[in-house]
Amino acid sequence: MSNALLEVRALNAWYGESHVLHGVDLDIREGETVTLLGRNGAGKTTTLRAIMGILRRREGAIRLRGRDLLALPLHRVAQTGLGYVPEERGIFASLSVEENLALPPKVADGGMSIEEIYHLFPNLYERRHSQGTKLSGGEQQMLAIARILRTGASLILLDEPTEGLAPVIVQRIGDVLVALKERGMTILLVEQNFRFARKVADRFYLMEDGRMVNSFPGNELDSHMDELHSVLGV
Amino acid sequence: MSTIFGIPAPALYGQILIGLINGSFYALLSLGLAVIFGLLRVINFAHGAQYMLGAFAAYGLLSYAGIDYWPSLVLAPLIVGAVAMAIERTMLSRLYGLDPLYGLLLTFGLALIFEGAFRYWFGTSGKPYSPPAQLTGAVNLGFMFLPIYRGWVVIASLVICLGTWLLIEKTRLGSYLRAATENATLVQAFGVNVPRLLTLTYGLGAALAALAGVLAAPIYQVSPLMGSNLIIIVFAVVVVGGMGSILGAIITGYVLGVLEGLTKVFYAEASSIVIFVVMAIVLLVRPAGLFGREA
Ligand SMILES: Nc1ncnc2c1ncn2[C@@H]1O[C@H](COP(=O)(O)OP(=O)(O)OP(=O)(O)O)[C@@H](O)[C@H]1O
Ligand SMILES: [Mg+2]
Repeated sequence: MSNALLEVRALNAWYGESHVLHGVDLDIREGETVTLLGRNGAGKTTTLRAIMGILRRREGAIRLRGRDLLALPLHRVAQTGLGYVPEERGIFASLSVEENLALPPKVADGGMSIEEIYHLFPNLYERRHSQGTKLSGGEQQMLAIARILRTGASLILLDEPTEGLAPVIVQRIGDVLVALKERGMTILLVEQNFRFARKVADRFYLMEDGRMVNSFPGNELDSHMDELHSVLGV
Repeated sequence: MSTIFGIPAPALYGQILIGLINGSFYALLSLGLAVIFGLLRVINFAHGAQYMLGAFAAYGLLSYAGIDYWPSLVLAPLIVGAVAMAIERTMLSRLYGLDPLYGLLLTFGLALIFEGAFRYWFGTSGKPYSPPAQLTGAVNLGFMFLPIYRGWVVIASLVICLGTWLLIEKTRLGSYLRAATENATLVQAFGVNVPRLLTLTYGLGAALAALAGVLAAPIYQVSPLMGSNLIIIVFAVVVVGGMGSILGAIITGYVLGVLEGLTKVFYAEASSIVIFVVMAIVLLVRPAGLFGREA
């Protein structure tokens, strides 16, 4: 696919000596929401960490708009327009909510202003002077997403944003993702909850043991249920 | 003559002043150590040598270039900060990710090299360095005579400590610093040049030590061993305040300085150990330090 925003080819990655990704291929087009499904330990987080450059021992190719990311030092990767929302959320205890929000440097024009973000997440506004880690799990997840929206990143890597959250919060995060999609944001979403992901996903990738085992459009989810159940072990 | 607890008031005030002055240096030095340790996880044993280098930079600027105290107050920290940043780039940065012991050993070795070299060039006897003309003399406060230079040191160190605290707590650079202290990888993944932040932080810590060295030059004389005499006490201050706690380093520095001064008045024999006694008690009761976060 030549018109891909992000292109991953034959990506291998290692934690020290342990070989975790085995030849991963992945394409994301501009404006698309792609969801990566796979059971615990399949290598979803590792894929995101390898794309961001947090995991350094990699082979293969990762290109954003044709530009090779593999050669860049970690802090240069975000500057190409990538935003990362880690699985563990990464809210800083020594920073207030507002400082957490303002922390990631802008990487491009067109990001949301703090006012727009507070409009989208009113509870962050109410708690803007609190210590970041004093927020509830759901609020911390909102904050982790919100702070990337400020940066103008064109591709957001979202690692299991609904993990461990109450249904109403999951619903809220779903609404936010729909809103971002409407703004033309490109999203790579890691999820185990495919019922949640089907609301936003244009395409699914299925991952097992560090390999991509299948990929299909969002509207074909129902015809892949058997495979899904076996791969996800649900 | 008035007395307080049987002690003549002027003697008491005099020792409190000396304690405040010593405390100013404890605070400045432990502040730099705390900033460095917080982000780099390096126990900077070269801190005393960097303080000494600051004093010698001022001495050298005056003797060889005729540059006096006021410009030196800026130039000496810049020189020592630049040297420190070169050390961080070429040596310390190779040790990140290893056991903190390696950083400690490297900086300890560097301290020995700097002190040895300066002892070779200048001998161990102190070099006098006069305070600037504007700050000579004393004022009568009514209850005591205050040498103006000493008053200046206390005020200058308070301003520097407050400024550093504001830099860390209230600025964008400071928020990078605090965040990187918690999770450097994530901050770098957001696009912050963390390696450069580490270099700047080490430079800032060393520059603070050098600034303390310039402030100290007119009081204590300039000598190659001036730093190693002080640094052990400063490490005790950092432990009492809590490793890496900025506010803890500042407050503990002044408090322990004054406590040491008061001990001199009431029980002089204990004055050289009182800080270490406090350290031992704090380690037993609250190992993370008075202002440290419990692990
Ligand atoms: N820091 C690490 N060091 C060594 N191995 C790791 C590390 N992190 C993950 N792994 C291993 O890599 C494999 C993939 O892990 P990864 O975290 O990518 O899975 P995941 O798909 O994100 O799972 P989950 O749904 O539980 O988050 C697993 O076998 C895991 O044990
Ligand atoms: Mg994961």
